[in-house]
Amino acid sequence: MNLQNIITEIEKVDPEVYDRLDTRRSAMKQFAFAGKVLAAAAIPTALGSMFNKAYGRNSNDIVGVLQFALTLEYLEAEFYNKGLAMNVIAGEDIPAFQVIAKHENAHVALLISTIQALGGTPVPKPTFDFTAGNGSMAGPFTGVFSNYNLYLAVSQTFEDTGVRAYKGQATHLMSNDAVLTAALRIHSVEARHASHVREIRRRRKDNGTDGGLVVGLLQPWITLNQSGIASPAVQPSYNGEELTTQAGINIVGINGFDISAEDASEAFDEPLTKEQVLMIVDPFIV
Amino acid sequence: MSEKINSTEGGVEPSILENAQVSRRKFFNYAGLSAAVMVAGTACQKDYRGGIPTAPFAQNDPKNKPENTVNLGKGDIGILNYAYALEQLEAAFYIKVVSSFYSGASAKEQEYLTDIRDHEIAHREFFKNVLGDKAIGNLLVDFSSINFNDRGSVLGTAKAFEDLGVSAYNGAGQLLQSPDYLLFAGKIVSVEARHAATIRDLISYGSFADSDVVNEQGLDVVRTPQEVLAIADKFIVTKIIANNLPTS
Repeated sequence: MNLQNIITEIEKVDPEVYDRLDTRRSAMKQFAFAGKVLAAAAIPTALGSMFNKAYGRNSNDIVGVLQFALTLEYLEAEFYNKGLAMNVIAGEDIPAFQVIAKHENAHVALLISTIQALGGTPVPKPTFDFTAGNGSMAGPFTGVFSNYNLYLAVSQTFEDTGVRAYKGQATHLMSNDAVLTAALRIHSVEARHASHVREIRRRRKDNGTDGGLVVGLLQPWITLNQSGIASPAVQPSYNGEELTTQAGINIVGINGFDISAEDASEAFDEPLTKEQVLMIVDPFIV
Repeated sequence: MSEKINSTEGGVEPSILENAQVSRRKFFNYAGLSAAVMVAGTACQKDYRGGIPTAPFAQNDPKNKPENTVNLGKGDIGILNYAYALEQLEAAFYIKVVSSFYSGASAKEQEYLTDIRDHEIAHREFFKNVLGDKAIGNLLVDFSSINFNDRGSVLGTAKAFEDLGVSAYNGAGQLLQSPDYLLFAGKIVSVEARHAATIRDLISYGSFADSDVVNEQGLDVVRTPQEVLAIADKFIVTKIIANNLPTS
């Protein structure tokens, strides 16, 4: 691909293309940086995003989505970094949380570099109150770094919420294929995390060490709007998951197959809007 | 893929609804027959028609024209048919798994595999209904390489299918034009990722997001439709024409 030729061609149609790209040099620099951050195969789409920016479409939206995602990833990364540092995690599960922490820290780094590549300034890391006390450090999850079962409950909620948050933003990233694909690839990693944390909690329930914090039959997937957590504080993260109709199609008993409402809700994870997610995480942000 | 095919999108013929009716009757006939055959201990054929429990199905779906070939089509319909094909494969696999569990399957393994089967059937039927008369026919699948009595073989295949599904949806998102379809793909892919992590944890506890699927940037596996179909090819007898799918 000859970038110069492409821009020359555009110049024939739009003589002001260079003015639209902040300056030609900074546009090129930005493009080169984005190319480093994103996969080489994604460069054509990064080019597309450069032109989106030049023509005033979507780049603000995309940076805004990434800033939102960065805030959530800061929350998760610090939660796991702190959990590992404060020895709240059972020895057998430390390797798993090291993996999860590594991913969340990598997501923070990737989002920061992508926001910068798109010309934005990454939002700073907030101060967090993981008790969900809005800075009082005495919220409903008081003891989260000393009570492992509580820590697991909050972890599950963060991961399930993260999945819903990314899902809710995907359609806002459609103008930039490279960013959309990166977001989808983060989204499914969060779902893997959620699955494993749920499995840890399931095992603790099965062997009687869940401290009474696991409610009902907990599985790696979300049944109806059940959190499986003995705390009403987490319920907003699960409301709306009970959906059993998709695209106007009733999944229960679909085409004569024996699909229950539980199965139907489990088979599809539901999105949350940015506003819903911000309401959920607000108590954690000082 | 160089095979010539008429350009009818999705290989759909006008008589599709009648064919579907016939198929449904056949479904029940074969399912009933199959159960009897299984009880009698007669060897089953190795081909299983997508979604039909242990049905020995030597015939091609008459809907798939030319014989035993499907054309996924183009645009969003093509991508939805691609997803439909993968869900057919997954559902057929788990239906077979659950119809007779491998020896030593724990109660929890049976619980999880049964749920996963139901999720995959829900996905398959969802795509079928969304696609309507644009839907490809039922695929002929070949599970002869899988030993359904062996835990390692079953779970190893399940892991491969789930990770493949995750990579397929992650790669297909940017190929979709419709925000609605993208959202549905997103609703499904995270469930596939939950399955993938679950199966991985059954095989080796703690391997839910190992570095063979999640890279140093914390990004999950991604594949193009061509890469996915090349991997799935081993399990699918029906020839899948995918060269009209969008590439960007």
